[in-house]
Amino acid sequence: MSAITTPIAQTPVAGSLPYKGKVAMACLIIAESAIFTIFVVAYLFYLGKNLTGPSPRAVLAAPIFYTICLLSSSLTIHFASRFLERGKRGPFLALWFLTIVLGGLFLFGTGQEWHRLIYERGLTISTNLFGTTYYSLVGLHATHVTVGLLMLGIVLLFGLAGRVGREQSARLDVLSMYWHFVDAVWVVVFTVVYVLGR
Amino acid sequence: MSSDSMTIRTAQVGAGHPWLQTLHEWVTTVDHKRLGILYVLLALLFLIIGGIEAIIIRIQLIRPHNDFVSPQVFNRMFTMHGTTMIFFVIMPVMFGFANYLVPLMIGARDMAFPRLNAFSFWLTAFGGFLLYFSFIGGSGLYGAGNAPDVGWWAYAPLTSRAFSPGHSADYWTIAVLVSGFGSIGTAINIVATILSMRCPGMKLSRMPLFGWLTFVMSGLVLISISPLSAAQIMLLVDRYLGGHFFDTQAGGSATLWMHFFWIFGHPEVYILVIPAFAFASEIIPVFSRKPIFGYPAMVGATVSIAFVSMSVWAHHMFTIGMKSYSNSFFVLTTMVIAVPTGIKIFNWLGTMWGGKIQFKTPMLFCIGFLFQFLIAGLTGIMLGAAPFNWQLSGSYFVVAHFHYVIVGGIMFCLFGAFYYWFPKVTGRMLNETLGKLHFWLFVIGFHLTFDLMHIPGMLGMPRRIYTFEPGRGWEVLNLLVTIGAFIQGIAILLFVANLVFSYFRGPKAGNDPWDAWTLEWSVSSPPPVYNFASIPTVASRRPLWDLKHPEDPDSRYE
Repeated sequence: MSAITTPIAQTPVAGSLPYKGKVAMACLIIAESAIFTIFVVAYLFYLGKNLTGPSPRAVLAAPIFYTICLLSSSLTIHFASRFLERGKRGPFLALWFLTIVLGGLFLFGTGQEWHRLIYERGLTISTNLFGTTYYSLVGLHATHVTVGLLMLGIVLLFGLAGRVGREQSARLDVLSMYWHFVDAVWVVVFTVVYVLGR
Repeated sequence: MSSDSMTIRTAQVGAGHPWLQTLHEWVTTVDHKRLGILYVLLALLFLIIGGIEAIIIRIQLIRPHNDFVSPQVFNRMFTMHGTTMIFFVIMPVMFGFANYLVPLMIGARDMAFPRLNAFSFWLTAFGGFLLYFSFIGGSGLYGAGNAPDVGWWAYAPLTSRAFSPGHSADYWTIAVLVSGFGSIGTAINIVATILSMRCPGMKLSRMPLFGWLTFVMSGLVLISISPLSAAQIMLLVDRYLGGHFFDTQAGGSATLWMHFFWIFGHPEVYILVIPAFAFASEIIPVFSRKPIFGYPAMVGATVSIAFVSMSVWAHHMFTIGMKSYSNSFFVLTTMVIAVPTGIKIFNWLGTMWGGKIQFKTPMLFCIGFLFQFLIAGLTGIMLGAAPFNWQLSGSYFVVAHFHYVIVGGIMFCLFGAFYYWFPKVTGRMLNETLGKLHFWLFVIGFHLTFDLMHIPGMLGMPRRIYTFEPGRGWEVLNLLVTIGAFIQGIAILLFVANLVFSYFRGPKAGNDPWDAWTLEWSVSSPPPVYNFASIPTVASRRPLWDLKHPEDPDSRYE
């Protein structure tokens, strides 16, 4: 390979390029938003088109408590990252753990709701259009929560092993972007399923 | 020479079996250049397979009442031909070129996420293999069907359990879903690479148009492949969990699938064609010996094409009976797309105007592209007018139109790109005589097939019929169309022969055989593993021009 000398720029670029992890996560969020959009559109399109019961109005109750859990986990993860940035690992780990607990509570709430719908109300994914669209949309979101919890859990394990320090805070910011996205999607899903949908 | 002491580790496996070690290196590689080559080879493999399917379709239609294949096999052939060519030929080949060229053009050592890159490639590859495994595994428990036969749109209710028993439709769904995830992964990678890995001085406004167009294409992949993935997940829910998304008997809607499919399907056309524009935007200036005309207009036009392409999907569905408002909206948006596309064509012409045009093979293909893409756009405007579309939707006119785009536009640029960048990738020139022969044979075959194919369409020949009645004036035309397909087949074989022959025997290319201006030509051919010994610094859109003409650099005028 022959080295070539490239002309030196008269004016060096001002500013630095964005962090690639954040760019990639933003792209993933765009792609995921498109997926959720399609599911939300399907849900709205099929509202009230059931040929058989049960209907959303009859069986759904808004999971206010679990929603508060999930939304507040956005705050805890945000402050966890800030603590890590300043190198305070104790508060970071505590808040990170709290985030996982809140996310886990939310998932438990979804599980409880599904159990009630399936065993008490007899609504499964194949019962009617409402069942199909409801379980797909909420299930898609719950899948994302689960994936998020797995990743948060991995970070927690590394953190407990003392491997997460200030130098990882940019990477954890990428993960918390994902978690914020999952929470934001829940706002949409909640509005569509439990507010508009009833 | 090189300031950094970079050690390249080679995997130490299969000692004593050099070929095994080479294989291991290629299978486990995370190098963007090798993955680029793997993408292209995968696409070439599927190009041959998809081409054979096209030939089978054409032999069946060579005369009325032909019985070369059964109706069932014919359905499988056109389904597999369409799915293969879109998802496993053109998309991989475009990603291959992007993978290989983007880091070299923007002065980076690799993509932003090399392992994600390898993962995405193997998702695409295994998606393709899964699709073709259906020939063996598609029978399932029911012993019904083998390869998918639902058409590449896979309209409901054809994909429901009742009409697609066995697993053939599942292979289609999962193959497309898996390769879609691969595409999204690569798109994320390309965007991150372009936004975060550019060398010093490489402002977005100095990036080669190839980089810009690939960037826009990747953004489009993110927005439009995901709806397809969502729709495929719904289809899987229907087929495996007894859902009712597209089940009309339970209140579901077959039309919704059409909408979801085309929300993906129309931007997909631009995902395929924007990289072709990118090739043309690199090749035409070099062989006209002029910088690209209207660089900012080209970027703007590309972005607006991508933007408008998101809102034209239902022009594929005029015949389902939409409200007049919807019809008007989709007619208008479709017409609007002609404006930025026209800007591009005029800019390429403006680049050629007054230039010292060199009619080398890459340039020939790009000139062919210009004319043919224009005609494809014109039939597109015809089909975009709802009343015209009501008459000709689902006819061979439509088949002729989109093959004009994909073969006459995209494939021509792609061949141009092969001839242009082959020296960089292999270090050897492709044979120019064989190249010109390939070009002219392909032009003749292409026009014989696809010019004439418009006419049976206007005479009422529907697409996807396995045979036709004599006496409707379609016989001679179909015969000629099939002959044209064979001529194209021969041209492709010539091309493959040229690739193989020149790889071993072609004349040495040197770093910069075309006297070009972008950074990839500044490194050796093939480029070293680390691309750039020291990261270059650029001061204009044509860094190599600055280097070769220090007395009159471009940077002086920017």
